[in-house]
Amino acid sequence: MSSAQQRPLFERAIVQRAVIDAFAKLDPRRMIRNPVMFVVEVGSLFTTLLSGHALFSSDPNAGFVVAVSVWLWFTVLFANFAEAMAEGRGKAQADTLRKARRDVIAKRLEEPTRVSRYEEIPSARLKQGDVVLVEASQLIPGDGEIIEGVASVDESAITGESAPVIREAGGDRSAVTGGTRVLSDWLIIRITANPGETFLDRMIAMVEGAKRQKTPNEIALDILLAGLTIVFLLATVTLYPFSVYAVESSGQGQPVSLAVLVALLVCLIPTTIGGLLSAIGIAGMDRLIQANVIATSGRAVEAAGDVDVLLLDKTGTITLGNRQAVAFVPAPGVTEAELADAAQLASLADETPEGRSIVVLAKQRFELRSRDLKALGAHFVPFTAQTRMSGVDLDGRQIRKGAGDAIEHFAAQHSTRVPAEVRAVLEAIGKKGGTPLVVASDQKVLGVVELKDVVKGGIKERFDEMRRVGIRTVMITGDNPLTAAAIAAEAGVDDFLAEATPEAKLAMIRQYQSEGHLVAMTGDGTNDAPALAQADVAVAMNTGTQAAKEAGNMVDLDSNPTKLLSIVEIGKQLLMTRGALTTFSIANDVAKYFAIIPAAFAATYPALGRLDVMGLHSPSSAILSAVIFNALIIIALIPLALRGIRYRPAPAPALLRRNLLIYGLGGVLLPFPGIKVIDLILSALNWV
Amino acid sequence: MTGRAIAQAGIFLAILTLFAVPLGHGMARWLNGGPGWMGQLLGPVERLIYRVAGVDPTQEMSWRRYAASVLGFNLVGICFLYALQRLQGNLPFNPNGLGDVGPEVAFNTAVSFVSNTNWQTYGGETTMSHLTQMLGLTSQNFLSAATGIAVLLAFVRSLGEGQRAGVGNYWVDLVRSVLYVLLPLSLGLALLLVSQGVVQTLAGSAVAQTLESGVEQVYALGPVASQVAIKQLGTNGGGYYNVNSAHPFENPTSLSNFFELLAILLIPAALCFTFGSMLKDRRQGWAIYAAMTLIFVPVLALTLGSELSGNPRLANLGVDDVPSLLQSGGNLEGKETRFGITSSALWAVATTAASNGSVNSMHDSYTPLGGLGPMWLMQLGEIVYGGVGSGLYGMLMYAIVAVFIAGLMVGRTPEYVGKKVEAFEMKMASLVILLPAAAVLVGTAIACSIPEGTGALANPGPHGFSEILYAFSSGANNNGSAFGGLTVNGPFYATAIGVAMLIGRYWVIVPVLAAAGSLAKKKRLPPTAGTLPTHGPLFIFLLVGTVVLVGALTFIPALALGPVIEALQLRGAS
Repeated sequence: MSSAQQRPLFERAIVQRAVIDAFAKLDPRRMIRNPVMFVVEVGSLFTTLLSGHALFSSDPNAGFVVAVSVWLWFTVLFANFAEAMAEGRGKAQADTLRKARRDVIAKRLEEPTRVSRYEEIPSARLKQGDVVLVEASQLIPGDGEIIEGVASVDESAITGESAPVIREAGGDRSAVTGGTRVLSDWLIIRITANPGETFLDRMIAMVEGAKRQKTPNEIALDILLAGLTIVFLLATVTLYPFSVYAVESSGQGQPVSLAVLVALLVCLIPTTIGGLLSAIGIAGMDRLIQANVIATSGRAVEAAGDVDVLLLDKTGTITLGNRQAVAFVPAPGVTEAELADAAQLASLADETPEGRSIVVLAKQRFELRSRDLKALGAHFVPFTAQTRMSGVDLDGRQIRKGAGDAIEHFAAQHSTRVPAEVRAVLEAIGKKGGTPLVVASDQKVLGVVELKDVVKGGIKERFDEMRRVGIRTVMITGDNPLTAAAIAAEAGVDDFLAEATPEAKLAMIRQYQSEGHLVAMTGDGTNDAPALAQADVAVAMNTGTQAAKEAGNMVDLDSNPTKLLSIVEIGKQLLMTRGALTTFSIANDVAKYFAIIPAAFAATYPALGRLDVMGLHSPSSAILSAVIFNALIIIALIPLALRGIRYRPAPAPALLRRNLLIYGLGGVLLPFPGIKVIDLILSALNWV
Repeated sequence: MTGRAIAQAGIFLAILTLFAVPLGHGMARWLNGGPGWMGQLLGPVERLIYRVAGVDPTQEMSWRRYAASVLGFNLVGICFLYALQRLQGNLPFNPNGLGDVGPEVAFNTAVSFVSNTNWQTYGGETTMSHLTQMLGLTSQNFLSAATGIAVLLAFVRSLGEGQRAGVGNYWVDLVRSVLYVLLPLSLGLALLLVSQGVVQTLAGSAVAQTLESGVEQVYALGPVASQVAIKQLGTNGGGYYNVNSAHPFENPTSLSNFFELLAILLIPAALCFTFGSMLKDRRQGWAIYAAMTLIFVPVLALTLGSELSGNPRLANLGVDDVPSLLQSGGNLEGKETRFGITSSALWAVATTAASNGSVNSMHDSYTPLGGLGPMWLMQLGEIVYGGVGSGLYGMLMYAIVAVFIAGLMVGRTPEYVGKKVEAFEMKMASLVILLPAAAVLVGTAIACSIPEGTGALANPGPHGFSEILYAFSSGANNNGSAFGGLTVNGPFYATAIGVAMLIGRYWVIVPVLAAAGSLAKKKRLPPTAGTLPTHGPLFIFLLVGTVVLVGALTFIPALALGPVIEALQLRGAS
């Protein structure tokens, strides 16, 4: 993750813009999308009219009505500010991205060859299917697929990663993104996206929240909040006729005033969560962007929180790239040093990671230094698909290393055999999940080099964590079942798919989904595309092919397959923040009743004053304190909404217990001292 | 004294649980056509009914079809009952020659009995003929209860394993509920009651010559035991006599009182275990039962405590009404001395916890906080045990809200017993919670603003307000008990409460069935460590919290102006 994209919570420029936006968002056409806050706005408008009327009729309560109306407006503005803050962080990100989307001159080729003639056109006019030439130090004009050439490309504009990456035609590293820069060499690229539809465009739209739609879960919560709002609307509206009856039958006091009713309504409806709901959603996306992952929809982020099966590619995610040599097992009558020496010679010119790891091991174990093969007059024999061996010819000796059956064939040519002891070793290594390489010199089988997949440090603990929150991890590998089982056991995954083909992957996802699971996976190759399209959360690597990126619903700019685990956490955190603040918001109402009900009926039923457990200064101070508390709590919770509540991997009951205690019980208790303190301040200032 | 009251309540709950568990598990078998002696015995009758009625019992109904059948069947019931009352003067089995019932009362009564409310705006023995009581009221006692069970079965099925297109067959559920559960239990209870002296006859009133010469006393008689049995078992509550189970012919002895009390809660409690049994996870049933009991017990303690501690104003006058070994004490106003305070308070809380509504004491005479308990139990939506079937499906809708909030707090899209809770279910759950509450508040608001509403009050001030609030709480939540003190047979109350009953019954049934239709189509997700178990103490606590918080927040303002201020004023005066 690049640190350049970490922003402080309250950046000056963002706050300034958010303050202005908070007022712009008062437009009722925008407010209506948030029913709870819309009710508050209508209430504010209504109390403003009431205060106008009170001022003109020189009502002794005019000051109180004006104060209520002012604080109701603040409530709306604070909620708008929270949303604007969340959006502002995205907008700042988008501005950085936009700088990368400069219009450049593209060299459109007539023929897809280096020597073809080209015309220079602005990149905005490039269409899908056009073929362009990009040379060193030029910006790539649009998203595309390399059809010829190899080049190092600086992708920092998008990924924030300054180290250049290699892009080449063919294979899984052939996709390039518009706005990135070719540092060396040249590329011939077929453009795959029309202007306005490029990856950069989608990314900007995403972080700006322009295409943000409410997620299913958000909609369900909205319904609950709207339901509660109606309940409280009924409870407060009917309070008026109730109070008229009470006044008539008790013969004292006055019916509850409209300003008090509006104040009560606003205090009761879930304004805290209503005001922060969209900020929480936007902030969730923002956290994902900070993790260098771009989601194509908010829905995908939410689904990530729900995922309970993770399909993880073995290589790169669970194990460190490639197999490594871990032991030399000599044949009878051969010393380990002799075997190491031969193995080293056979591997010196072998540039594969396996070959290099043998050289490293030989050096570690026997201090065998690297030797210059040319000086020795040796001849390197590279690996071919026919022989399935590699090695050197030195002093008339043929030293070879290869899989068991290949060496057997080689030995048979030299009319010898692989000894039974060596065969036993081969079998044992295979069972442990390792890969044995047999080393032979002419007629003699010297022994076996054990190659092993090295499981990444800390990955096992990560999987244990996942298991604790109910997520199943499945390892996908092309290895045979025996090897796969051994690595699976070592890494601590719950299940594995061996000898995986794209079809098998797809079938496995479908199987899990039919059992009701939600499946997440990562992928980069074109052959991953069908499985990516099928998975509920599909993270494509930015280094991957265009097909993979289009099939997935997220792109990881760091191309780090382990990122999937962080994505799941971000999704969960998003849902939990919503739940915690909803509970908090509703739990707050208890205290507000204790403040407002005795105050509203102080004249009619003085005996209700016994319910005023907070001992508030006066009825008007009680009501105003509740309204002010209700407004300030929104501001106080903005950092929590933007950052999200703390997430610790734990089973559901433990999480629920903890959050109920903090946000449920805390939500019931906190407003009592809160309202009391505001009341003390108001009365000390003589405002009421 | 208090110790005895606690012991009595404890023993009652223990015996209730003892009977409810096996009955619940049995019902799961009988109602779903499972094997057993019940099916062998009554199976032929069941099949005969289908053949005669032309019902294909294997046909699965979509939720829309199911809801249409419920509504259609209930509409026919309302029309039939209305006509029966309007024409009873010219119909047989009318030995006392009672006249036709007036239109508003007939409408109110028809809606009341079909909707399982059994709110009575009339005095039974002086208004309804034997024919109306038996053919109209008693048969609706069975059918309205069976409808509640049927809707519950449809909902529970939707939570079961496997996806299904429909939610069951209403006619089958209806027939089985009546045949396998309500009829046998009623028959047994009626016989027990007759043994205690509850009357059962088709003869007219008996006339006795009193010791005072020339003064005759008329004893109203009729087929009482048979109706009382189902009125208690089916959470109907509509008594044969005006004073309901306070009448010595309807509830003569302590033993009959105990049986009737047990019958109030028996089926609603047992259905919790039916639910667990049908889901093949009995812990789910126990969890719901525990949640209901956890709400029931504190409310019982409030009412019982208030009644036992008596009236502070009397203490002010130097009267010792504290219960002790030498005197029963407490607030005995409006209670039958043969039952005493504990049995009366226990009944008052049970009858309002279940949407039964039968009474053995006058709730209007309770202390303010003693009356608050029953009133609030109704306002919760009649889900603490609740009506037969309706209580549990109401509670399950609350469970959906609770898991939704819980799901959010643990970072997962919520699910209940493996079924995902999404926007549609939330919409339906909101309607179920919202509409009855709205009917209570709006109804009360209208009634206390117009002369037709306040003119019917017997008491002024907060107590009068409580009477109106109680009436609408009872009607809109299909309880049917009356606080008393309110003259409700006038056209305004008869019509307004009639409408409230319709809303409280059918605007809940339809959303519940709609939610069932949606849930039935969903896959049942396998539980993982990330799933919140819905059978543990934590979930029970959350469910109780949700119900109590929503119930409290909705009704605190109204309750504050009724029983709460009355209690505070009463105490302030002492």
